[in-house]
Amino acid sequence: MEQSVAIDVSKLGKTYDGVAAIQDLSFQIRTGEIFALLGPNGAGKSTTLRILITLLRPTSGQATVLGHDVVRDADHVRRLIGYVPQERAIDRFLTGREHLLLLGDLYHLSKEESLRRIAELLKLVDLEGKADQPAKTYSGGMKRKLDIACGLLPNPKILFLDEPTLGLDVQSRLRIWDYVRQLRQRGITVVMTTNYLDEADQLCDRLAIIDGGHIKALGSPTELKSGLGGDIVSVTVGSAALARVEPLAAALKGLPSIRAISAKPTGLDIRVESPEKALPAILEVANRLACPVEFIEYHRPRLDDVFVAHTGHAIREEFPAAEEEA
Amino acid sequence: MNEYRQEIAALTMRWVRRLSREKFSMLFTLIQPMLFWLIFFGNLFQRAADVQVVQAPNYISFLTAGVVVMTVLNNGLAGGVDLLFDKENGFLERLMSTPIHRTSVILSRFLFVTTVTSLQVLVILGVAFLFGVTPATGFFGVAVILLIGMLFGVGLTAISMAMAFSVKSHGDFFSVLGFLSLPMIFLSSALVPLSAMPKFMAMLAVLNPMTWAIDAIRPLILTGWADALRPLAIVLLIMVAFDALCLYGSAKAFRRAIG
Repeated sequence: MEQSVAIDVSKLGKTYDGVAAIQDLSFQIRTGEIFALLGPNGAGKSTTLRILITLLRPTSGQATVLGHDVVRDADHVRRLIGYVPQERAIDRFLTGREHLLLLGDLYHLSKEESLRRIAELLKLVDLEGKADQPAKTYSGGMKRKLDIACGLLPNPKILFLDEPTLGLDVQSRLRIWDYVRQLRQRGITVVMTTNYLDEADQLCDRLAIIDGGHIKALGSPTELKSGLGGDIVSVTVGSAALARVEPLAAALKGLPSIRAISAKPTGLDIRVESPEKALPAILEVANRLACPVEFIEYHRPRLDDVFVAHTGHAIREEFPAAEEEA
Repeated sequence: MNEYRQEIAALTMRWVRRLSREKFSMLFTLIQPMLFWLIFFGNLFQRAADVQVVQAPNYISFLTAGVVVMTVLNNGLAGGVDLLFDKENGFLERLMSTPIHRTSVILSRFLFVTTVTSLQVLVILGVAFLFGVTPATGFFGVAVILLIGMLFGVGLTAISMAMAFSVKSHGDFFSVLGFLSLPMIFLSSALVPLSAMPKFMAMLAVLNPMTWAIDAIRPLILTGWADALRPLAIVLLIMVAFDALCLYGSAKAFRRAIG
């Protein structure tokens, strides 16, 4: 792979009032790829993104965007990037076209250039019909499309998307994924944060799993999944038998075909070498312990399994994570 | 320099567009001080107020200077509200992620608030004129009134913006605003001259820059240049110091918030 480096992050750290939001992050993003920072709320994704787009100063370490330091050369970085914020950062009183005209002036485009790009972008995101309506009449999906058009107006080399499909309905999500893929075809590097596993899995070329301010794993979805080795056998027990899950896990631990065991609320996820050997063994142990198996299935590793394997918890256990953020 | 002008023009235009879309709120901001303070309050106290005490032909002519400065006060203190909302909904981040000069957003706000306030002051003087109040110092006097208003307004807008950048929630912002505005008015010479105030209130009112602005504007309206020059010199000094202080403080808050 002889791809050049678009973003180089080295030992990046950010502390708020003595509490570290991110610590010692190092990674590289390649030119032309779709890269995701995947993690639960409060993991440090947005902090990292904000440092890269020059809105936050890191407390330690450094980052360069296309060779320009995000602190010392912030103005230069701002000229090369587009940003689509997480919140619907829309002025409800302005029309879609007025948003884009405003940004055209902030990027110092000439009037003609601005109008040309606006016409093209409105067509791309399919907002031509609503362009002259105030944004307060827009649906969530339309606001998101306007957001993306705003991010693309400067013709950026790198587009940053903060949780691009958060809270959108399925159709709008697929639509946004489609745009993002089109951007890659045009040669734009896309950097996004997400806490949706399927989004990271289906859309991204590479991703970094970030949790508690640290990078836990980095690679393409396929690499990460095959890196786990083996398949996942998922055992669900009857609710009356939940107390037997622990002894079952203990008894399975020593078996040769079993690699790792993690508990889930309804039973166990068991990482195995080959399901043909492991399945009978698991059933046999469950039988011996009189632990009634309600449901058993096996599947190739999914990104959820990767996430659990590297962080020790599921991405949707959101209550503790949400508290951290507050 | 051209880029700087382009940014500021576009950002200022945005505030103008917003105001023109919020017709209802525009009507309220424009009409409220005239209707409530000048017309109702001014006429209500016409007979209750002693012309010997206020030293003016009638109460409404005395009150005009006060209403002008109150308008400057309220507009200035509310000057940061739109930035507060921009901060809360992420629009400010969007603006700051573009290659604009870091001061452009703030400057556009100063420009906008100052212009709206000046127009409003002109309307207030116009309404007062309909009630028989003619500025003794003529058009030049009106220009000086606008200048004083601008100087005071800049400092107030700076305070308001600094607060918008520093508060945790907009609830905090509005409670501070509500807490500041009325006492500032009562502890000034807007409604009653200092000489007619209870001692302790007069002592506090002297510390209020608003008092000095009013006491400079009042002779411009009521008597003429001879009485106005001394308070004018004083208010210019006070306003320069006030603005310097406010701008210094708000620059710090701004740098902390945006870097």
